[in-house]
Formats: sequence, structure tokens, C-alpha cells
Amino acid sequence: MTQTHSSANFVNIGERTNVTGSARFKKLILNGDYEAAVEVARDQVENGAQIVDVNMDEGLLDAVEAMTNFLKLIAAEPDIARVPVMIDSSKWEVIEAGLKCVSGKPIVNSISMKEGEALFLEAARKCRAYGAAAVVMAFDEKGQADTQERKIEICERAYKVLTEDGFPPEDIIFDPNVFAVATGIDEHRRYAIDFIEAVRHLSQSCPHVHFSGGLSNLSFSFRGNEIVRRAMHSVFLYHAIPAGLDMAIVNAGQLDIYDDIEPKLREACEDVIFDKRDDATERLIDLAESYRGQDAAAEKAAEEWRGYPVAKRLEHALVKGIDAHIVDDTEEMRLAVKEAKGRPIEVIEGPLMDGMNVVGDLFGSGKMFLPQVVKSARVMKKAVAHLFPYIEAEKDEKSKGKGKIVMATVKGDVHDIGKNIVGVVLQCNGFEVIDLGVMVPWMKILEAANENDADMIGLSGLITPSLDEMVTVAEEMQKAGLSMPLLIGGATTSKAHTALRIEPAYSGATIHVVDASRAVGVATNLVSDTGLDSYLTGIRSEYDAIRIARGGKVAKKLATLEEARANAFPTDFALKPAAPAKPGVHRYDDWSIADLRDYIDWTPFFRAWELAGNYPAILTDTVVGESAQSLYDDAQIMLDRIIAEKWLTARAVVGLWPCTRDADDVVLDDARLPMLRQQVPKRAGRANMCLADFIDPAGDWIGGFAVCAGHGIAEKSAEFQAAHDDYSDILLKALADRLAEAMAERMHALVRTDLWGYAPGEQLTNDALIREEYRGIRPAPGYPACPDHSLKPMLFDLLKDEADDVAGINLTESFAMFPTAAVSGFYFGHPQAEYFGVARIGEDQLDDYAARRGVDQAQARQWLRPNLNE
Amino acid sequence: MSKPTPSEAAAAFRAAAAERILIFDGGYGTEIQNHKLGEADYRGDLTVTHDQKGNNDLLSLTRPDVIRGIHTAYLDAGADMVETNTFSSTSIAMADYGCEHLVRDINMAGAKVAREACDAAQAKDGRRRFVAGSIGPTNKTLSLSPDVNDPGFREVDFDQMKAVYREQCDALIEGGVDFLLIETIFDTLNAKVAAMAAQEAAEAAGKDVPIMLSFTVTDMSGRNLSGHTVEAFWHAIRHVKPIAVGLNCSFGPETLRPYLTALSKLADTLILAYPNAGLPNDLGEYDQQPHETADRIGPWLTERLVNIVGGCCGTTPAHIAAMAGQIEGSPPRAIPSPEVRTRLAGLEPFTMAA
Repeated sequence: MTQTHSSANFVNIGERTNVTGSARFKKLILNGDYEAAVEVARDQVENGAQIVDVNMDEGLLDAVEAMTNFLKLIAAEPDIARVPVMIDSSKWEVIEAGLKCVSGKPIVNSISMKEGEALFLEAARKCRAYGAAAVVMAFDEKGQADTQERKIEICERAYKVLTEDGFPPEDIIFDPNVFAVATGIDEHRRYAIDFIEAVRHLSQSCPHVHFSGGLSNLSFSFRGNEIVRRAMHSVFLYHAIPAGLDMAIVNAGQLDIYDDIEPKLREACEDVIFDKRDDATERLIDLAESYRGQDAAAEKAAEEWRGYPVAKRLEHALVKGIDAHIVDDTEEMRLAVKEAKGRPIEVIEGPLMDGMNVVGDLFGSGKMFLPQVVKSARVMKKAVAHLFPYIEAEKDEKSKGKGKIVMATVKGDVHDIGKNIVGVVLQCNGFEVIDLGVMVPWMKILEAANENDADMIGLSGLITPSLDEMVTVAEEMQKAGLSMPLLIGGATTSKAHTALRIEPAYSGATIHVVDASRAVGVATNLVSDTGLDSYLTGIRSEYDAIRIARGGKVAKKLATLEEARANAFPTDFALKPAAPAKPGVHRYDDWSIADLRDYIDWTPFFRAWELAGNYPAILTDTVVGESAQSLYDDAQIMLDRIIAEKWLTARAVVGLWPCTRDADDVVLDDARLPMLRQQVPKRAGRANMCLADFIDPAGDWIGGFAVCAGHGIAEKSAEFQAAHDDYSDILLKALADRLAEAMAERMHALVRTDLWGYAPGEQLTNDALIREEYRGIRPAPGYPACPDHSLKPMLFDLLKDEADDVAGINLTESFAMFPTAAVSGFYFGHPQAEYFGVARIGEDQLDDYAARRGVDQAQARQWLRPNLNE
Repeated sequence: MSKPTPSEAAAAFRAAAAERILIFDGGYGTEIQNHKLGEADYRGDLTVTHDQKGNNDLLSLTRPDVIRGIHTAYLDAGADMVETNTFSSTSIAMADYGCEHLVRDINMAGAKVAREACDAAQAKDGRRRFVAGSIGPTNKTLSLSPDVNDPGFREVDFDQMKAVYREQCDALIEGGVDFLLIETIFDTLNAKVAAMAAQEAAEAAGKDVPIMLSFTVTDMSGRNLSGHTVEAFWHAIRHVKPIAVGLNCSFGPETLRPYLTALSKLADTLILAYPNAGLPNDLGEYDQQPHETADRIGPWLTERLVNIVGGCCGTTPAHIAAMAGQIEGSPPRAIPSPEVRTRLAGLEPFTMAA
């Protein structure tokens, strides 16, 4: 779509907190009833105002004080303060007083060249200094711009003056003056055309600016004749918005739908606004006479719709945004449907959706404006809310839930009609829906999915930024290791976006759901035992096709593998440690837990119990000290028993092997350990690191280890659980984890001081060990320096005994260790060895790595996916 | 109006930040506590009435050796930039110690001692070091009423706050800071007025002193105390054209990540982040070990979210050294060029369609 000016982007500015425009608001402020005045602002925001205009220009008021007071009060109301403020005054001192109270980024309304460029620039600079956008009136030293030429001349001059002074063009909002037409004065006949055409011209000649206007001026001649005024405003907007008008101070309730204006009146308005005939004004005035004083009669006539059939009434209420009778009408409809043996959901699927479709069509063709759509949505919500209990009750009569779906409108988006409808439809088809509401950050979505053990997640959004947010949610689901299907829906979502942006971010099934009617089918497929695989295969190949059709990916710049290797870390092998004192593999099948006890890092133990504090200070903490001490005492008692009664067995395997290095492989007699090299571009003097760099190609040594302190835990844990003793169960598991970590520390110390023996005299306290104040490193597969988890089987092959046993640890198919109280890794003894992160690698290294591992590229890709540059 | 010469420090800072992630310093409170200073150390030979123990900013005047030592420890740990010991050096914050009359001296001294430490470090290894003048939020807020029954009430007004910040900025600039760092921003309006004061102070001094701004998240919804989301905050302060914008304090690195991601996508300037060493325990102490804090910034690095990293509460030179090691090899965040859009804000951001 090339059209950029559409009513969907039209910003409506609330005008009721304006003493010059609202008699009611003026009265409240004059009476000092600020509490009620604040409610006026709240109503406006709730009714869809995206910006709130505040004007206190009233002779009887101290406008500075009133502006200050009111802005401070609405700042305390999050419902109101969430939207930007427009500080509206003809007096700069009032505007500045307002700017001093507004914490976000407001709009100043207005500044102009009325008193010359110098004062204009001064005001504009102040707007910038306070961080505000500004409405610039088409007004210069000679006066207000009336003709198209003057509007263009003044605005273009203002644009030049402002932008040359550094004022951001996007913070300029021109108000090219909406003047009254149909006044009987010939010079006024072209005012509306001139406005529209000036906007059309300026939106091309002044990039990034916006246009606003006060609509009420247009129909000034018809004061007291609301029917005509509303018609004129609607006709004007219908034409001005496509020309570029993108905001207006307007009361959403006082706009008509273009198509609904009585054709005779609409034509007369068109004639006046476009100056189509010499007698246009007379004709409108004549016609207006027939409406004059008919507001009451019109209201009565408007009640006509109450006599329509119920389905038609629902449509009318939705299109007009009238909620007065919606519950009664919905109930009547529900009973009618029930009478016909239908189900409550049919009220939504039938008449209500029909009504919403009419709203959608009118909105799409620019004949209805966003604030009106918001009102329609409110009506829809009320109707759905009324039906909900019936739908729920019906659901209960049927079988148990088919599956659980967590649904949310993503962060930054508040549109939830579609989501609510999908939710209702799913619920009445037997799904359990956990609806997280709107503006939901990804963290909450993931949490809810986990807590509820959801079968799928549904994301909804209506605005374009939601598309990016959905990608973020998908990425976070991927990072969190989730695998349940992800459903994408909402007005701006598409199959193409889902295929190109969302699905690639998430390895679980990702499916775009076109509308509510498809949701049940999709969800049913996803929980199907039989058809799931073929269904997903179909979707995947469909999305693959879309991606192929749209071309390749854009990768980020990395050094080539060759360049990265040329920039390897220049390890000084003169410093390399001597050969180990005790090479080969050493097994410790029953290491003394009493010995490990001294190597425990207790701080994480307390954290596991959600007691924050450093050991040992935590034991004397004024708040948690008592419980920490008591927990610590229990832990000591349990440790005593673990040792005395041999609940747990700690086992370790440590190996030290001669090796050489071939490019990035560490080459052992029986194995070749491929290491990954950083490829992110480095500045001069910084190496592209690889663990292999710490190994002397001319001959060196490397070590490996696996430790496990979890043997015996399953039996003991079962005993505790049988006794319903959760406390002891958790305590034991926490202690086993600590013991495994302690054993890794202990083995490393043993290697340094004895087995390898390069630091025989090392004397470090446990604190110093925790701070890693020793020589050499012990990187673990799956951690940043050595990110490929699949090295674990190779390490285990080196460490295993004749019976293929490695300290009794098993690896799962995704290379997780079990029992979980286990640690494994490599030893690098060189004093310059240090930890680093491999980060992103290129396709060249992926291919190279696959070749070195002897696997196909797809396998390597799966292993290395988190590090790939895609 | 003649424009001051563009800041040479800013150019050097940007050039360095284009090459690599820069390192900022860590917390000062714990480091000062480690010196176990007595009231007499704080007071020195100043004529002051209140008990001065705990008035850490005063030490720049009375025990500059202690403050210089901490700056030097951070510089030795790898810091490219340190902040002055002036977080509370406004007449509002100093009123608690009856030291309002010393505001100018404290800020001048704070700037001087940081400058000296940086110059010495730079002389040693030739690497450029930078001084950021620390400007805290004060303990007053322009956006909220302290009286629940009177939501329109404010303890201070905009003009008073501006004068307070101006006094501090004038002295910091005169003392020779490279940048003015408005940090721990819990109230966006306070930050806006501080930034205005900073710009006016620089203009009055005829210098270009770029501003850095650092937002602080006060609850798990990702907003600060005045209720702004990080995006709304950026919209509200972007006009200041900060050389860096970021997040500090609040929580540990992992909790800050989503907010950092949001800011990183949006802000067309350098991103600064200096988290706490996790959450404090019940004694108000921070338990996170240097390697833990450093590990936890790992995702920031892989996702290229930051240009400058450092530490806030509970971090020590060891934490900074660990971070300096952690960032090694990680490329800095590339500054994005967001589309030109009208970006307004209430508590939430509002972006107009083009």
C-alpha cells in the first residue's frame, strides 16, 4: 500500500479540557472543582483521545495557576498521564508554566511568526529546550494566512527558519488555519479548499511535518445547528485526511459516518466545502433551516432504530458505538438463538461479527475514524462480556479441556477485541484459555506458559510495532527453550511476516491464524495425536516457500575464519607448564565428602532458598540471620548424616593427556577436540580467541574432568517424598548441587598442585578459590568459551573406563548430565589461558567445523545454532 | 550566538566507543566504607555544624587521597571513564549535612580529583580517560506529591530545581569534567530540568559539555518512579542530544536486559549500562561476585546492546576488572538510525505515523 495518509493514522486530540471550547469544563475550573475536571480528562482518554489538549485561556482565570495546578493533578493519574499533553494557550507565559509541569514530551499549541522571526525563534528554541513539539500557526507579521498561497508561503518560510536553526522537522505540526465557510462572504468560499490544498502541497514540500486544525471554526456559521456542523466536519475530514491532515482537535462523539449523512445534506456540504456552485452557501443555509431546532426531533428520530429487528439493532449499536441498550439486545438475541436450538457463541459468530465487519469496512474505506472504532469496540466488549458466562456454562457441560492456550496482546499494544473473540471461540470449543490481557511483556507470557504448562501460546496485536514485539517474544521463547506452538494473529500480522520474521526466530511450530474462525481448526490440529506431524510439515513447507520466494537472509559482518585464525591469541609458549607429574586418567570413585565440605561455596546455597546475603555475614543478618542460621544448622546436620550414613557418593574422573594442536583442533592420541574461534571483528591488538590457542602446536598437555556428587540421591529423595518431607528433599538436592561444584573446585586444585602439579605450592583460601585466583581455566562444554554442548560425548569418551562409565554420569540426547549434581569440563594449564565468549561465528566456520567433526552441515547447524550469524 | 568549540573529549570518546565497548567505573559507597573513616576524616578542618560521618561527597575536599585512590583502583581495573564523587553534591542533598555553602567547593574538588586520577592513568599507558560529572536525582521529585491527600502539591518547583542543578553544573564544568552525567533518574521531570541546567551552564561557560543520562527502573514493570517506560523516557529527553543514554542501579544485569533492549533499539546515541551487583540482601549488602556480575552481562554482549558498561551499587574494582575481561572480544553496539518520526510521550511513548 503506497497511501500514507489514511484515517487509521489520524490522531484525535481530546478537546474537552479546554475552557474556550467546553462550557462545562470552564465552569468546573472557575468553581475550583478540579476533582471533577480531572474526571473530564479521564473520560476523554478512555474514549479514545490519544493526546489531551489543555487550555485555560479565560479572562476570569489566573491561567498560569490553573494550567500548573491541572497539569500537576493529571500527572498523578496514570490513566490520564499515559498519553501526551498538548499545552494550549495564546500566552507564552502560560505555555512555559505548563512546560515546567510536564514530564513526558508534550506539544505546545501554538507558536507563530505573528510578531516576527526573532520572537518566533525564541519561542521555538524554548520548546526545544523543554523538549516539546510545537504547533506552528500559519500566521506572520502581516496576519493569518487565508489563501492557499499565503498558507504555503508562511508555512514554508517557518519550516526553513526552524529547520535551519536545528528544530527537528518531525516536531513541527502546522496549523494552516481552518476558517469558517458558508459565511455569505465571497472571499471565504475557498477557505476549505485552500486549507486542504495547502496541506496537500506542504506535506510534499516540508518533509516529516504533521498537520492539525481546529474543526469547529469551519462550521462557525451554523452555531446551534449541530446536525449541520457534524456533517460539515465529517465531510471535511473525509477529504482533508487523504490530503495529509493527520491530527485534529475534535470531539469523537460529534462526528458522523460519511456514508450515514443524509445524501442531500452531504451533497450540500460537499458543495460548500469545495465551492462547487455559486449558490452552495444559500442552499446549505436553506437546508440547514430544515434541521434547525430539530436536534430534539432528530434524537427522537434516531430512536427509530430501537424498532429494528434485534440483529439489526446490534449492528446499529456497534456501528454507532451506542452501548445504552447493548446488554438487553444481546440477551434478547441470545434467547432467540437458544429458542432456535442454537448456542450462545452463535450470537458472537453471527450478528456481532457481522456488525464488526461493517465497522471494519467503513474504517478501511476512510468513512469511519479511529475514535469511532474504539467506541464500537467498547460496545462489542460489553456484548461479549454478557455472553461469556453462558458460553462458560455450556463449556462445562461438555467434556474436559482439549488443551491450554496462553493468550496475550503483546507489549506496546492495547487492542484486544480480536484476541478476546478468539479466546471466547476457543473456550466454547473446549480449550482452556489463560488470557493475560493487553500490553503484556514477554517475560509474563513465558512465565504464564510455564506455570500453566500451556499447550500453545497465542499472540495478538493490531499495530505495526507489535510485529517486532512478536519477534521478540519468539526469540525469548527460543532462548527459554520452550517448544510449544506459537500462534500469531491480529490485524497487521500476516502469513508472510510470520514466515519471514517470526518463525525463523523460534524452533517450535509457529502458525499465523488469519481470523477467529480459523483459530479452532488450528488449535485442534495442534493438540491432535494423529494429524499433528503432517499438519506441521505442511505449514513449515508453506512458510519455507514464502521465505524462498522472498530471497535470502542478511548476515552481519564477521571476520572470515581465515582472517580470524590469522589473528589468533599469541600465547607465549615459553610460559607453558611442564608435563604433568601424573598423566593419564585418574578415577576417584568415592571421594571423601568430608573433604569436599570445606570447598563449598555457601552463598549460592542460601540463594537457592531465596535468602539473600553473603555467607558468612548472612548468618548474623538482623532480618534473615535467624532463618539462615537455622537452615545452615540443618544443612550441617544433614551433611553430617550424608557423610556418616553414606547417603551420597562423590565420584570424579580426571584425565591429563599429551596433545598437539592442528589449526583450531586440539589433537590427542585418541581424539580430536574441535574448538570454536571468535569471528567478531577485533580492533588492533585484540585477538580472535579460540581455546586451541592456549595449546602449543609443538606439543602440550590438556585435561578433562567429570564430577558427580549426586549418586544415591534418588533413593533418599524418594524416602523424603514418601514421608511428605519436602524440606529435607529440597535441602538434600541443594546440598548435592553444592557438593558437585565443590568437587569441581577440589579436583581443579588437585590437578594444579599434584596431578599436573604446575602450582605445587599454591595455597589459596576457599574465598580465593571462589574468586578464581588461580592459574589455568576449566571451561565447560556449553559455556561461552566452548559453546558446543556436543563436545560432552567426546570428553566422556576420553574419560570413560572399560565399562563405558564416567563417574556414573549419563548424558541425555540433548547432552544434559544426569544425575544433575554434576560438572564436566576441560583443563587448560597455560598461565595466559582465560575465559572468553565465542559469540557469533560465520558460515565458513560452520562448514569447517562440520568437516572437522565429520558431520553434515545441518547437524553442525543444529549444535551451533545459538552462535550462528543469522 | 557563537557556538562553543565542539567537545574534543566527545569526539575522542565516540571514536573509542566505535572501536570497542568502553568500561565505566563501579560503586563508591562500599569502597569508601572499606576505609573505615571516622567523623574527623569527613570533617577535616572545615567549619561545619552537623555530624559529617557518611557525607561521602565531602571527602573530595577533606580526604582527596581516599577518593583518588578509588578512582585509580577503577582505572587500574580497566575503566575508560570515572565519575566524580558528587552524586549528592547539590544544595538540596547537602542540606542534610548543613553543607549547602560548600556545594561549589565540593563539586570543584570532586572534578579535580577525578581529573588528576585520569590524567595520571593516561600518562601511564597513553590510553585516553574521561571524567563524567555525577549529578544525582536529589531526594526531591518534581512529578509526584509527597502528600497523598494533595496530589497537586510539590515540595519544590521547576525553577528552584533548575537553580540547584545549575549551581552543581557550573562548578563541575569549572572543575574540568568532560561530560555531565545525570544518573539514577527516578523522575523524568527532574532529569529534564537537570539537563536544561546543564545545557545552560555549559553555554554560560562557553563550552560544549555533552550530557549523559541514565534512567533507573524502580519496579518490575520497567518504569521509573515518575511512571515512565524507558521508551517514553527516551522520547522525553532526546532533545538534549545526549552523548550516551542508559540504565543504572535498579537490579542486576539480567533483569535490566529487556529495558536495555528497548532503549538500544530506539536511541540513536551510545548506550551506557551500569547495573547493581544483583539485589541487596537484607543488610543492604550486595552478594554478587565479580565473575557473576560479569557473566550476567554476557547476553548484553551477544545481543550487542551496549557501548559502555560499568557497575553501580555493590560493584567493586574487582567487578569492573571482571567486566573488562568479559567484554573482551565483544563488538560494541552499532548505533541505529531510527526512522524520523514524531515521538511524543506521556508516561507511555506515542509515535505518530509518518
